Amino acid sequence: MSFETVIGLEVHVELKTRSKIFCSCSNEFGAEPNTNVCPICSGFPGMLPVLNQQVVEYAIKAGLALNCEIADYCKFDRKNYFYPDLPKAYQISQYDLPVCKKGYLDIEFGGTKKRIGITRAHLEEDAGKLVHQGSISSTPFSLVDLNRSGVPLLEIVSEPDLRSSQEARAYMEKIRSVLLFAGVSDCKMEEGSLRCDANVSVRPSGQATLGTRTEIKNLNSFKAMEKAIDFEVQRQIEAIEDGEEIIQETRTWEEDKQITRSMRSKEEAHDYRYFPEPDLPPLRISRKWVNDIIQSMPEMPEQARERIMDEHGLSAYDASLLTLTPDFLGFFDECTRYYHDGKIISNWMMGEMSKLLNQKNLDITQCKINPVHLVDMLKLMDEGRISGKMAKEVFEAMFETGSPPEAIIKEKGMEQISDEDTLEKIILEVIAKNPRVVEDYRNGKKKATGFLVGQVMQATRGQANPALVNQILARKLNS
Amino acid sequence: MELYELTLHELQQVLDKQEASATEIISSVLGRINKVEDKIQAFITLDEEGAMAQAQQCDARGSFSGLDGIPYGLKDIICSQGMRTTCASRMLENFVPFYDATVAARLKAAGGILVGKLNLDEFAMGSSTEQSAFFPTRNPWDLTRVPGGSSGGSAAAVAAGEIPFALGTDTGGSIRQPASYCGVVGLKPTYGRVSRYGVVAYASSLDQVGVFSREVGDCAQVLNLIAGKDSLDSTSVELEKPDFTSFLRDDIKGLKIAYPREYFQEGIETEIKNTVKQALLKYEELGAIVEEVSLPHSEYALPAYYLVAPAEASANLARFDGVRYGLRDFQAENVIEMFSSTRAEGFGDEVKMRIMLGTYALSSGYYDAYYLKALKVRRLIKNDFDKVFADYDLIVAPTTPTTAFKLGEQVGDPLTLYMNDILTVPVNMAGLPGMSIPCGFLEGLPVGLQLIGRAFDEGTLIRAAYAFEQNTDYHQAKPDIGGDII
Ligand SMILES: [Zn+2]
Repeated sequence: MSFETVIGLEVHVELKTRSKIFCSCSNEFGAEPNTNVCPICSGFPGMLPVLNQQVVEYAIKAGLALNCEIADYCKFDRKNYFYPDLPKAYQISQYDLPVCKKGYLDIEFGGTKKRIGITRAHLEEDAGKLVHQGSISSTPFSLVDLNRSGVPLLEIVSEPDLRSSQEARAYMEKIRSVLLFAGVSDCKMEEGSLRCDANVSVRPSGQATLGTRTEIKNLNSFKAMEKAIDFEVQRQIEAIEDGEEIIQETRTWEEDKQITRSMRSKEEAHDYRYFPEPDLPPLRISRKWVNDIIQSMPEMPEQARERIMDEHGLSAYDASLLTLTPDFLGFFDECTRYYHDGKIISNWMMGEMSKLLNQKNLDITQCKINPVHLVDMLKLMDEGRISGKMAKEVFEAMFETGSPPEAIIKEKGMEQISDEDTLEKIILEVIAKNPRVVEDYRNGKKKATGFLVGQVMQATRGQANPALVNQILARKLNS
Repeated sequence: MELYELTLHELQQVLDKQEASATEIISSVLGRINKVEDKIQAFITLDEEGAMAQAQQCDARGSFSGLDGIPYGLKDIICSQGMRTTCASRMLENFVPFYDATVAARLKAAGGILVGKLNLDEFAMGSSTEQSAFFPTRNPWDLTRVPGGSSGGSAAAVAAGEIPFALGTDTGGSIRQPASYCGVVGLKPTYGRVSRYGVVAYASSLDQVGVFSREVGDCAQVLNLIAGKDSLDSTSVELEKPDFTSFLRDDIKGLKIAYPREYFQEGIETEIKNTVKQALLKYEELGAIVEEVSLPHSEYALPAYYLVAPAEASANLARFDGVRYGLRDFQAENVIEMFSSTRAEGFGDEVKMRIMLGTYALSSGYYDAYYLKALKVRRLIKNDFDKVFADYDLIVAPTTPTTAFKLGEQVGDPLTLYMNDILTVPVNMAGLPGMSIPCGFLEGLPVGLQLIGRAFDEGTLIRAAYAFEQNTDYHQAKPDIGGDII
């Protein structure tokens, strides 16, 4: 029997506003534990939430980027549960009236386009986190760090439109890309500012009703998400084939064992006892506000892709890679301001640059090369002052040091020799030293020039302009 | 007259004319407290040294304005920086906030001297102050009786001459009912008029901070100080704030007063009804137009209240889990056990009962039948009031069905106890301003007259209350606290 996989994702995105969602504490990542805290985000008696308007603005921006309808009227609700990292023992979230709903994202996977529905996107506050010294099983106590408590989150819930782990990944990458372009989140999975839970079920191909789903939590990298989904799909198929029933439950991904494990079943599921948050008046979002935000929306990746394909004649493939992140696109755009040939820039970015970034596991914001320096390097090539081969060396040095290409060439003494008189002198010396080769050439062994060019290169330590060398050599040999 | 017997505005005059110093006032007040407190037991925390030190600083400055040199007390659910705030609960017995509630900060900024923190039913849940985890407060008019609640400590302290004014909170009648039982003025402003920031929440959509004083004018003055938008409370309302003392005019000619027939029905003691009807006659005599109206959904207010308030309370009190502050059971083996044993030990029975009620009302499968329906009832109650206020300026009714009952009499009988709130709860459900002023005595116990106004029209309440006060002398009666405790 063949099976179809059905996946829906709940993606949590931290909004990178200056302050937290309900208090004025800083929203920066990585501060010392319990330094970005106040009585409000630590749930002290008598404290009240005050909604940060920038959070709403970011949510609207995100909603627009996700092609959602922005609500005229939405409200906040309390989601009740006890956990030591949840200071009020309820999370302020949005239950039945989210800020954004009915959106979609188009993904491209395996050459085909597919539209993934977005049910809703709602605002909520993050909880703190528990910290354990040493191993969780041997430590006698837990510590609570509330820096993250009250960090604004947008939870984006997809329709069950995804059919494979690869599609799920493509969808996640698309969310990341549009939210990065919208400028509302830094979407770093490794820092937890982008997280996701996956609802996974399988059904016999052709069956209309959905199979029983499980929810996988704790997916904190693209790789973990793909592996966990693949594992879970396989587990469910095997269970069904063995005649077992799938239990609706929450499972967690265990990275070290590479398995999903049951956390709790539906029967043990929390009753969150949602009710409207009485401390916050309902939120009305004026159409004027939404329109103002629409006017100020930055370019989205799809628009950027069209634009650079148009302006620079790039292939769809190159253009979509260049528009994965606004930083990558920004580098490209900056280069094209000073250099006419977008394709050449694209080739360098997609080639050498991506290779080196991957090798060093860096992203482009950490890249030392200044776009203007890349352009300078390209111009040096055009002027014939460096060869393509030398350029790669210069590029690597720029990547290491961030120095301008001129300085690197000077320091390494590697400027290309394009002075005809100098080259002619060297070529005449080489011809004089190799009478036999010259004779071979004149007797019809045209390949012999290769040897002579090599000799010239050796004499110039590779710095001779190869085009000029060929030209002059041909002239001298044929004269 | 002793200084402690003076009202707020009389004390201001005394200071202004340099007839007494702040130190003398505080000494007099502390003397009175020391004399009667073992009988009344209104204070959970008393800061004699701090109050004297502030009075001395005040005198050193030499000039007096606002509340400079004026003593006051806060219901012990209002956070006071550096002074223990217990909510009359074992849970917070040693909790000292490092922040002031907005109302506390505003009184402090006006120069007032915080003498101490006043007793209440634990977390403001109760109508007699017997639910305090520490001790019950007694009614200054009869020490065998309750002062009402939950702000019983505030009402009793003001009535007993321990302080000229105090702040309380009113969720279902917790200011008006004890004001009525203790024969003082109690004002619950419109929901949103006064900031709730720093006031430990019982039922967030109903809680409102208000004032106890011996005279209406003092109440208006304190309201001037505490009212107004607070950026730290999103439910506080941005509205131009009138000078509430400008309503202290002995003139209510043409004022249209309604009395709802539902507030004079069975279950309300006949003598209370008669006393209130006398007050209505007084209003007519003073030139008001007095007519009967109907608030048909009144009877549903109490059951709806006992769904909404416990539901919100169940969430509001969930933060007392032993993790960050307050009581913690350090013997517990794991975190779940720590949560439950801390809460089992920290909360009293009434609090536990309301948390369970609220948890149940919000549970999946019951939400629509209980909580959602209660919200709809709330809307109907509001509509009832809106209809009346389309034609009338003010509603007048009894504050409570009876006068103060005996200590212990209603313990263990929550349904009877809850009936105490039957006349006050609708006002909270509709978010309106309400006030109780003394309007007579039955067998030596005060009777309260409840005034209910349009939203944000505390002015009319103050005007009508002042006119009544100017033409009666119930507010001048003082309890004799000589009797023995039985
Ligand atoms: Zn904070």
